Parts: sequence; C-alpha cells; structure tokens
Amino acid sequence: MHVPDGFLDVPTSVATGAVAVAGVGLALRGARRELDDRTAPMAGLVAAFVFATQMLNFPVGAGTSGHLLGGALAAVLVGPWTGVLCLSVVLLVQALLFADGGITALGTNITLMGIVGVGVGWLVFRLVQKLLPKRTSLVPVAAGVAALATVPVAALTFVLLFAFGGQAPVSLGAVLTAMLGWHVLIGVGEAVITGLVVSSVVAVRPDLVHGARPVLAARRLEVRTDTEVSA
Amino acid sequence: MGQGHGHKLHFHGHSPVHRAAPHHKLLALLGFTLVVVATPKDWFAAYGLYLLLLAAVVVVSTVPPTYLLKRLVVEVPFVVFALLMPFIATGPRVEVLGVSLSEHGLLAGWALLAKGTLGVLASLTLAATTEPRDLLLGLERLRLPQQLVQIMGFMIRYVDVVGDEMRRMRIARESRGFTARNPKHWPVVARSAGALFIRSYERGERVHLAMVSRGYTGSLRQGSDR
Repeated sequence: MHVPDGFLDVPTSVATGAVAVAGVGLALRGARRELDDRTAPMAGLVAAFVFATQMLNFPVGAGTSGHLLGGALAAVLVGPWTGVLCLSVVLLVQALLFADGGITALGTNITLMGIVGVGVGWLVFRLVQKLLPKRTSLVPVAAGVAALATVPVAALTFVLLFAFGGQAPVSLGAVLTAMLGWHVLIGVGEAVITGLVVSSVVAVRPDLVHGARPVLAARRLEVRTDTEVSA
Repeated sequence: MGQGHGHKLHFHGHSPVHRAAPHHKLLALLGFTLVVVATPKDWFAAYGLYLLLLAAVVVVSTVPPTYLLKRLVVEVPFVVFALLMPFIATGPRVEVLGVSLSEHGLLAGWALLAKGTLGVLASLTLAATTEPRDLLLGLERLRLPQQLVQIMGFMIRYVDVVGDEMRRMRIARESRGFTARNPKHWPVVARSAGALFIRSYERGERVHLAMVSRGYTGSLRQGSDR
C-alpha cells in the first residue's frame, strides 16, 4: 500500500516532503499537550502497537485477508497529534528498516497515511460525535464512520498528487475510479475493524480512549438505591 | 532483549559498508534514490550504471546478493501495477507478439519497475548493513528532532516485545481451537487488537514511570555514549 520510489516525480515528492515536515513539526508541538513528558515512551509504544496490528490478518474469505491501516484508530485512541507522530514514525521505520515504501516517497506516504489519514479521521470522528448523543456505546460507531471516511479521502489525495506528478500515462478518470472503488471497499473493512477494536477498548478501559474523554466527562455518577433490588 | 541482535533485515558483518557512518549512508541513500527518480525514463544506460553502482556496494558489503533478492518481495504488489501499465495506458499503440500495447505505457511500466526496484534494493542494502541503534544515531546527526528520534527509539526497542505479545495471543486463540476464517470472526481478532493496545499503553506508562524514577526529565542522550 505504500507509494514506492519513482511513482511520483521529484517536485511532487519534495512538495509532499515539505508538507510532511510541517505536519510532523506541528504534531510534535501538539503531542506535548496531549502527553507532556510522557510523549516519547507512550508514542513509541503506541507506534509499536500500530506496527504490530498492521501485521494482524483479518480474513476476508477465499484465502485472502486484509489488515488495518490504523490512521483513524490511532486518532481515536491516542488523539490526533500523537496519532500523526505514531503513524509517521511507523512509516519512517518501514522505509528505513523494512524497505517498505520508497525513501523519496516517504513525505508522500507520511502526508497520505499520517497527516491526511489521522487528520481526516479525527475531524470526522469529532463531527459524528457532535451529532450523536454522548454515550460511550456510540464512541466505536463514530470511530467506524471516521475510518470509513479516511481511506477513500487518502486515496483521493493520492489521485490528486498523481494528477500533478504521476509518472504513468494512465487517464486520470481510470485512476480515480479504480482507486476510489477499491478504497471504498477497503474503507468498509477498516471501519468495521476500527469500530470493533475501539469498542473492545471502551468496554475495558474507556479512560484510555482519547476520543471518549468528552463523553466520560459528561457522564454523571448515577446512584441507584436498592429499594427494588432488596427483595 | 538487549545485546546487539539486529532487526529482521540486518545482516551481520564488518565490511566498510557496515562500518560507514550511518548519517553518510542515509544521505547516500537519499541522494541515490533522488537521482534515480529524476532520471528520464529513456536513459536506459543510466539505469544500468545505477545497478552496477549498487552491485558494487553490495559486493563490498559482503551481504550475499540472494539475501537481498529474496527480500525484494516487498515490491510485488507494485510490480503487478507496472506490468499492467502497457495494457491500461493511453497513447499510440504498438504490436508486440500480436498484442496491442501502449508505447507510453511500456516506457512508463519499465521506468516504474526500474526506479522502484533500484529504490528497494538501495533501501534493503542500508537496512542489511545498519543496526537500528546506528540508524537512530545517524538520524540524530541529521538533525531529526530529538522527540522523533526518541519515539522511534522506543518503537524499535519495543516492536519485538509487542509483536511477540500479539503472537502469544494468536497461539492462545489457536490452542483453544479458534482460527479466524471469515469476517464473522473479526470481533474475536479485534478484541485481541484491543487487548494489545491496552497492554502496549500500560507498558508505555510503566516504562515512563521507570524512566522518571531514574531521573528522566524529558530529554535523553541516545547512543552518544557508545
């Protein structure tokens, strides 16, 4: 899924590289607010988690399987800034230690999967959360919708980059239809898995889910007197 | 964990390539791939030259070529796209063995394949000859922000721990007779992922507390005492 070397021309790669540097710089500042001096160990461990879950196979049937991309998941679980940092570090490690994704395409990959993936995920998540009633059971739903949106939007951003610096003479319409069609499907899978993972964390440790904090803050302590239970 | 075991792609050795300063290697990789990507598609000789250059580095590094070639599989999905290119591209058509192919598509497919493969081979060579610790040092010397180097350091240090935790969960599931086969089984796998997140997060908190109790104040000198 990573963009390799030579797929986009040099100016586009350099431009996305600049976007990535700016985005990660902002995220470094923002993550200090989310995690203060815990940033390094926490973001490091969450990055290791994202890396590991990307290797967790979800069977689709007929011998094929998919895996999580994790942009929206990271945004909901640890917050957008830390999420961008985690995804970016994962992509950096994959490029340098696993030769997955070209080094000149690193900026493109960080922009697409780190910044657009996490950013769009967080915005959609917040929007859906505003529209739905504040209940913990709806946090996974909002996370699922966010994941559903991130994958096609990231694909669309790629098509946009491809229109500027694509190195293959394929008609843009064809690229758009193929990318979008395929990624809407992937997005559905991503949505289901993200929702399931978030719901399993919310069930056990809702306090760890960054996106659930406003809901938890709004929750009132309920005192149930035992008059009807006392029998 | 602990004593210098490399990551999966690392090939232990003491060649000049292994010993070269990591920040020089990183810059060389970046420069090399940038030049490759910027090379016009029809300068066939230039690509041959790049390959020779890369081959020379691999020979000096004493990493067996087969070791690197086997790991080229990362590019497979992308190769499929490059091979499709002559069929789906626009522009004038040309007959090759009775099949109508796009001229531009042939050239583009070739360029994608050549550039992609050279990029992956170069990255593999770096990964095979550089230990993660040195890589971090190199990135630090290249003025990558401290915070980012630290995050990457923690990720590299704990990725095997977290990965093993995930593997143990799979073994636990399978020893209870469960193997995920279709989307109906996703909730179970997803719960494992959720548990993995909680464990990773809590491990992060413990690591942080352990660091604070040893005097961590938010910055740390990584690898500088080697």
